[in-house]
Amino acid sequence: MQTLSTDVLVIGGGATGTGCALDLAMRGIRCILVEKGDVTHGTTGRYHGLLHSGGRYVTKDPQSATECARENAILRRIMPHCIEQTSGFFVITPWDDESYGDVFVANCHRTGVPVQEITVAEMLRREPALNPRISRVFEVPDASADSFLATHSVALAAREYGAEIRTYHNVVDLIRVGNRVMGAIVEDLRSGERIRIDCAYVLNAAGAWAGKIAALAGVTVTVVPGKGTMVAMNHRMVNTVVNRCKLPSDGDIIVPIHTVAVIGTTDVHVPDPDVFGIEPEEIQFMLDEGEKLIPGFRQYRALRAWAGVRPLYKDKDVASDRDIPRTFKLLDHEERDGVSGIFSIVGGKWTTYRLMAEQTVNELARRLGNTQPCRTASEVLPVPRFEHRAHAMVTVSPDPAAQTPHYWLGKPLALVESEHAAADLICECELVTRDRIVAAIDAGAHNLDDIRRDVRMGMGPCQGGWCIYRTANLLYERRCADGLSHTHANEAILHFLQERWKGLTPVLWGDQLRQARLDELIYAGVLGIHRLRALAEPGGGLVTQHPAIATEYVQA
Amino acid sequence: MDHIELSLIQSLDHCIKCNICTSACPVAAVTDAFPGPKYVGPQAQRFRHAAQPVPDASVDYCSGCRVCNQVCPTGVRIAELNARARAQIVAERGMPLRNRIIARSGLVGRLSSGPHAPLVNFTLNFAPARWLIEQVMGIHRHAPLPKASTYTFRSWFKRHKPATNGRRPQVVYFHGCSTNYYEPRVGKAAIAVLEHLGFEVIVPPQRCCGLPLLSNGDFPAAQRYHEYNVAQLLPYARAGIPIVGTSTSCTLTLKEEAPELLGLHGDDVRAVAAGTYDIFEFLRNLHEQGRLRTDFRPIERTLPYHPPCQLRAHRIGRPVLDVLGLVPGLRLRESRAECCGIAGTYGLKREKYQIAMDVGKPLFDFVRASGQDLALCDSETCRWQISGATGVATRHPIEILAEAYGLAV
Repeated sequence: MQTLSTDVLVIGGGATGTGCALDLAMRGIRCILVEKGDVTHGTTGRYHGLLHSGGRYVTKDPQSATECARENAILRRIMPHCIEQTSGFFVITPWDDESYGDVFVANCHRTGVPVQEITVAEMLRREPALNPRISRVFEVPDASADSFLATHSVALAAREYGAEIRTYHNVVDLIRVGNRVMGAIVEDLRSGERIRIDCAYVLNAAGAWAGKIAALAGVTVTVVPGKGTMVAMNHRMVNTVVNRCKLPSDGDIIVPIHTVAVIGTTDVHVPDPDVFGIEPEEIQFMLDEGEKLIPGFRQYRALRAWAGVRPLYKDKDVASDRDIPRTFKLLDHEERDGVSGIFSIVGGKWTTYRLMAEQTVNELARRLGNTQPCRTASEVLPVPRFEHRAHAMVTVSPDPAAQTPHYWLGKPLALVESEHAAADLICECELVTRDRIVAAIDAGAHNLDDIRRDVRMGMGPCQGGWCIYRTANLLYERRCADGLSHTHANEAILHFLQERWKGLTPVLWGDQLRQARLDELIYAGVLGIHRLRALAEPGGGLVTQHPAIATEYVQA
Repeated sequence: MDHIELSLIQSLDHCIKCNICTSACPVAAVTDAFPGPKYVGPQAQRFRHAAQPVPDASVDYCSGCRVCNQVCPTGVRIAELNARARAQIVAERGMPLRNRIIARSGLVGRLSSGPHAPLVNFTLNFAPARWLIEQVMGIHRHAPLPKASTYTFRSWFKRHKPATNGRRPQVVYFHGCSTNYYEPRVGKAAIAVLEHLGFEVIVPPQRCCGLPLLSNGDFPAAQRYHEYNVAQLLPYARAGIPIVGTSTSCTLTLKEEAPELLGLHGDDVRAVAAGTYDIFEFLRNLHEQGRLRTDFRPIERTLPYHPPCQLRAHRIGRPVLDVLGLVPGLRLRESRAECCGIAGTYGLKREKYQIAMDVGKPLFDFVRASGQDLALCDSETCRWQISGATGVATRHPIEILAEAYGLAV
């Protein structure tokens, strides 16, 4: 067995884990990060994409609100290419308690969340689709964030600073000698090879899976996986984040992100972060709630539903699951459980990932005798190669907004237009060119789902109807020299189709049903996909069948 | 937002990316400058944002022929999405002088027609002048420009005395700019036919229907024209007096284009829209009610007929074929060509002239192959395009109908 040695082994390639890896590497601490899937494979890649202003937490969780407000300003600075400056509204609809408005504003002031009341007329001028019966509107600095791109940027920066990031590496066991954790045995899911990683500290940043990892060290960490279901609507009927002005609950937020508007979320505690389903009632409930914010919401096309699991940490002294705060906590298991060499960072939310990493690495650095200060709040993150070329500048318009490095909705269209690449689109819905797919493959995307996360291939209205077979062909072309066989590429198609199909089944009516019928005609009628099973096998580095990552999100 | 407006916005959600419109689009077939209706329509629309800079310009190569709308199996209002996207570009970047001029067909017509028309026509036929206009204005030197009339239709109508008097059913005639300034004979034929059928024809004050402004993206100006016309026509519409027009583009604009594109869905606009008819639609209705005179003289001819895109957008079938089919001896051969290419003012533009000619080629071939010296078409700009490209005189079908009735025009 190959043995590697490092200072800190980070487990989990979500926002928190990669954030920790970057912070460690920046301070000159050696680290290896292992992730059983792709980066953002877990909750980071399955949330609604909100950069919190903090407004949602001002009343129930003031500490989270303050943290969000501070981190919001920092993230806008260090990852402008990942954030669209949508702004956000908190609106009081006829179904909400009118008196909460003043409480909300007072609590925003108390927690440092910038807030300003605007008139309903101004709201309707900016967002004509919103319910004209809304009585009060408060504007906050919410934004939408591309968590795939952000995490890739963090991972890229971490690598540049010397961190080693190993995706598709599953932790099989933690090595515990006496009361000390010395390292881990991990399995490379692509080759089946096992590797031993010795380290001074294991950092458990596995989010909703943190309890499972801690258990390998014989330590109990109670993470309540809080399932949040979301529905992506086919286009942005609003361009501002819209929240109901009330205590956070199900279906009370619409986030315009990239080309879609996401309505979320539910909050259902599930026993296992790997096994759960999406219930029809959840979808219906959210569409009904959407109708209160945007009249006619049900008539818009629902594109897809999916769910992520919140990593809600239940402290030993919390009686009810409902009282679990959304803030994060760093657990020193030596102090807490008498097992040294392992820390867990639990709870939190995407918006505060950097702060979580900072506080975690402060503690690890202190233990390791490293005195370097945290610099993640000031260093601007790099842009991965597969992201749009000429990302910083688009000169289609004299408008200064178009010149900023910020993401704006029209950017992909403007770039295809300026490059005359309309005839070279692989994914037509999301305007993904051949060049960008190839760049993603060359940058290390292992399978079709990795490519999807990198460049949004297959995430538009047709959900892969036209682009899956094209992308599979490019994957094969680029990697056949490395031993990828056509049977492996076929397996990738079958797996990815199944993956797309899972998200479609909860929204199969109207336009999306028509789409599914056409996609079926393409794959079953024209391409004979049902005969492909005999010509498909896992392999070639395409991780598609391993139970560690293949069992999640099945219908309960 | 009312439900009609909502249904237009939501129509982009109906796109299933089947690309049938891309295959059918006559413009995408002949140029790479236009990525196709699905691309610039429901697909690009997901990337547009009312408060952000317009990301693309290729939507301007949409000619607005509406073939995409007709073939779409799921009902996406592609042409409307495109027209609105163009209007957003115009609102943001302004309109070139050339488009501002050609979009005001009323103003151009007023300046060109009259006793000085021969001079105007001579100049516009004079190659060096056209070269200069192309250089300065960007109007292609070979683009088909109509001949200005030495008198306007309205001045003729003012002096016109109906053959019979007494109480007769009334009908309102919407002549449009082309009849008024370039082809008064079309209006005269319409008046003659309607009076022959026993109607008293009213010609209220009217302005350009606004279509050239809509298709060039100047929505605010188009709205002013439309509101003026609605105000003039409303009393007749309310009184149940039909409004008929010989320009199938003008009638389509009153019926549908202006209300939809401008989002005008008030009772007045709807009343005028509901009371407006293409003239052959009106004549066919009369025939169905047994009120159309059929005292035709035989015309032993077989003529090529092109139903223009704007007529097809009425979704009323082919009323010209139905009505002229009643004339003994007259046979019309319907063109199966998608579009003549001109699309109003599209084919006049220097950068789009060749596209328009390529789009129209199957139609030109059809007209030439007929061997006839006369072709029929309901829309004025299409007639000019067909005549310009083939040298075959092209007339409005109402002129043939007047001839069949033996009416001197």
